[in-house]
Amino acid sequence: MIIGAPKETLAGESRVAMTPDSAVQLQKLGYECVIESGAGQTAGFSDHAYKSVGVTIVKTAAALWKAAHIVTKVQPPNTKESKRLTSNKLLISFFYPSQNTGQMEFLAKNGASVIAMDMVPRISRAQKMDALSSMANIAGYRSVIEAGNNFGRFFTGQITAAGKVPPAKVLVVGAGVAGLAAIGTATSLGAITYAFDVRPEVAEQIESMGAKFVYLDFEEAQQDGAKTGGYAAPSSPEFREKQLEKFRELAPEVDIVITTALIPGRDAPKLWLADMVAAMKPGSVVIDLAAERGGNCDLTVPDQKIVSKNGVTVVGYTDFPSRMAAQSSTLYSTNIRHMVTDLTPEKNGQIFHNMEDDVIRGVTAVHAGAVTFPPPPPKVQAIAAKPKEAVQEKTPAELRAEEVETFKQQTKNQVTLLAVGGALILLVGAYAPASFMQHFIVFVLSVFIGFQVIWNVSHSLHTPLMAITNAISSIIILGAVLQIGSSGILVIVLAALSVFFAAINIFGGFLVTRRMLAMFQKS
Amino acid sequence: MELGFTTAVYVVAAILFILSLGGLSGQESAKRAVWYGIIGMALAVFATLIGPGAGLSWLSIILIAAGGLIGYQLASKVAMTQMPELVAGMHALVGLAAVFVGFNAHFELVNVTAMDDLAKGALEGFAALLAKKSGSEINILRVEASLGIWIGAVTFTGSIIAYGKLSGRVTSAATKLPGGHILNAASAFASISSLIWYMTFGELLPLVILTIMALFIGYHLIMGIGGADMPVVVSMLNSYSGWAAAAIGFSLGNDLLIVVGALVGSSGAILSYIMCKAMNRSFVSVILGGFGGTSGPQMEVEGEQVAIDADGVATALEDAESIVIIPGYGMAVAQAQQNIAELTRRLQAKGKVVRFAIHPVAGRLPGHMNVLLAEAKVPYDIVLEMDEINDDFPETDVAIVIGSNDIVNPAAQDDPNSPIAGMPVLECWKSKQVFVSKRGQGTGYSGIENPLFFKENTRMFYGDAKASLDQLLTIIQNK
Repeated sequence: MIIGAPKETLAGESRVAMTPDSAVQLQKLGYECVIESGAGQTAGFSDHAYKSVGVTIVKTAAALWKAAHIVTKVQPPNTKESKRLTSNKLLISFFYPSQNTGQMEFLAKNGASVIAMDMVPRISRAQKMDALSSMANIAGYRSVIEAGNNFGRFFTGQITAAGKVPPAKVLVVGAGVAGLAAIGTATSLGAITYAFDVRPEVAEQIESMGAKFVYLDFEEAQQDGAKTGGYAAPSSPEFREKQLEKFRELAPEVDIVITTALIPGRDAPKLWLADMVAAMKPGSVVIDLAAERGGNCDLTVPDQKIVSKNGVTVVGYTDFPSRMAAQSSTLYSTNIRHMVTDLTPEKNGQIFHNMEDDVIRGVTAVHAGAVTFPPPPPKVQAIAAKPKEAVQEKTPAELRAEEVETFKQQTKNQVTLLAVGGALILLVGAYAPASFMQHFIVFVLSVFIGFQVIWNVSHSLHTPLMAITNAISSIIILGAVLQIGSSGILVIVLAALSVFFAAINIFGGFLVTRRMLAMFQKS
Repeated sequence: MELGFTTAVYVVAAILFILSLGGLSGQESAKRAVWYGIIGMALAVFATLIGPGAGLSWLSIILIAAGGLIGYQLASKVAMTQMPELVAGMHALVGLAAVFVGFNAHFELVNVTAMDDLAKGALEGFAALLAKKSGSEINILRVEASLGIWIGAVTFTGSIIAYGKLSGRVTSAATKLPGGHILNAASAFASISSLIWYMTFGELLPLVILTIMALFIGYHLIMGIGGADMPVVVSMLNSYSGWAAAAIGFSLGNDLLIVVGALVGSSGAILSYIMCKAMNRSFVSVILGGFGGTSGPQMEVEGEQVAIDADGVATALEDAESIVIIPGYGMAVAQAQQNIAELTRRLQAKGKVVRFAIHPVAGRLPGHMNVLLAEAKVPYDIVLEMDEINDDFPETDVAIVIGSNDIVNPAAQDDPNSPIAGMPVLECWKSKQVFVSKRGQGTGYSGIENPLFFKENTRMFYGDAKASLDQLLTIIQNK
């Protein structure tokens, strides 16, 4: 079968769905690749580069749509393109099925199939095809670069001969993939980064990227991230109030705000209000990554950069990934290539559209003459971290009470042990003859000393301890030496053997211990 | 020499022995402590040789010299990885010596009781002591001697089996004869009956039966304990050899024997207790063999084990700043400690923080890993215990697990139905990346599946630990 990539028709879209690299991989799967002339130009891939890896160049879009069985694209098809998607053709592209109902029905009637790259389920197996994440990653990175471009100062704090420069303070709202990428970029540029998210379980991720998590002093039943596929869900009005209050408090301090808060299937929540922008210092920058869905900031104008009255730049671009077309085309085409790999289990250049497969089922919006959106929930749930149990810091009073309690417990244990032990010894003393008791006292005291001494032995010295106690236990030699002078020949033989064995042990045991201890050394 | 002098020397020796054990609280003082032990032993033997009651001193001296020579040879030749076997084997010798001395006590007793008063008066030393004993004292003596023989015999066969298991000559799996613990119980009962029989009549036969029963118990008990529990077994046998010496001390009326036997006995007991606690298992369940009961099916492990090659590990190590190495028995088997030490030196030369995490029951002997690492000249101040390092894993870039399995099994914390549930483990999975050096995909010593190997941040570095490290070392060159 033939896989083709047309030139993107949407104005300002620079990405392309097939790169020379991905074409090589697709050919390995048994496909032939075609591309419309000039499709890769804006992303930095010349026709020549495609040709050199064996991709056929076709002159016009019409010819490409005709030739290809599988069409890969970045943006959803326009009406004209939809018409070109005739029977038995497969489109792999961003599609946003929930907003394109009409088009889906039209394509179903036509008999075409559509795989929506924005519907990849969030499970581990599908990560390699998760185009939204790879684009969000780029958007997050680019947002910081864009902010830096519009921000008149350094990110890092510096003390130079020409004066002291304070570090920039960056606040990232929403710690999804884009937010985390933004945090990573901002911290590595040297900014002091704060981040906020309604899902408390991401605090760990935020901190792992080097930002400080902004905690809200608010008690609410935590959202179960797994239920919403790892995405955020709307929060209660009280929570929202608390959140805005915190942002108001932060607004005068921060230099750069990057908002990435999106809730699936809804308009972006308004989180950075006009009064917060007004409270910011002149020269500050707000980057709104949610501009496409109305923006998180009150002042955001989609696709434009505006400057507020008090000199705060608000950037509402919606095409961050397209602004880094080379990088995003590489990642996106790799996502598509992985998708095609999953669709070609036999690696024979033939599509096997397995609707039993969770991932393939999830991304398919139109197939076999029917609209198959929305898909049933995947069998494997997205895995979100379990809510952490808050470890309550103990107050000094509680600690003290605990100490007293353990002390009491210890005293009790000791006294009981002493009482029982004492009673036992008394019992023995009542019946045993005095000569026995003399030795018995020695025995009990020795056991006691042994207990006291051994607890202090360092853990790493347990093996030497065993070796040395082994050597010492050959003290049994004394008994044998005392018996060897006896009259009976049998006794002499047995005693002699014992002396011999014990002697082996004495020398062997001590020597081995010395060898071991000699090895322990300080660095 | 007078008895008073001997006793005085015994007191000095006893104090030296106590100091010797106490000195093991630190690496530096331990070196002094061994000398205390050696001097104590020399004094005790010397004083006994020239003291009252000892005859045929020349024979003793010859035998001590001969035995000493053999002991010296054994101890100088043994490789550090064979240390567990050696210690277990030497326990057997003490056990056997205790059995012989106990039997001698019996023969002397028979001899002395057969004599008339006149002959008794002419006796010396141990025999003279026996001659003075009254009826009830003789009974106590019989109990003491039997106890010494019994414990000695159990130690003897038990240590031989432990030696066999540790050196691989006997299968390390827990095996029991048909009948299991009932056989043990029956033997114990037979031992007690023989003891009563012996106390009443003082004949040799019941004593022999008692010995045979004890030999059987020692054999069967240790056969029924799996290889993974050997640290506990070895320290338990150590304890037994001490108690045997103490029991013999009672029957001979020798205080130094009692003191030292009790010291050794209690130290072994504490060590066993510490080991059991580290495994979160009761002493009884270890001794009776097998893991404790589980209350339901174990958690299924999902995911796959992802392999990695030496290049990948080397790259990750180059990028890492803090590295924790977790050695286990596999390192000892593969004799990989030298390579690990070399790797550590090279990584340290590159300015990385390298530390070792040692689980209390890693290896086959308490502190086994410490000794092996020390042999390879890894400085002991970067070798840390579980409690010291467990909190540091989240800040660790790379954790390398070399030949350990159960001690890094997260199921101990996550799965209440796991056989090792509740056992404290090294939380290496909290570090950013984990490499597991392992021979193959099989389960470890205890046969428990390890979810660590399936975690997302875990990569499996298959192959013999030493060969794997060799590959790594060729890539990570000295600068």
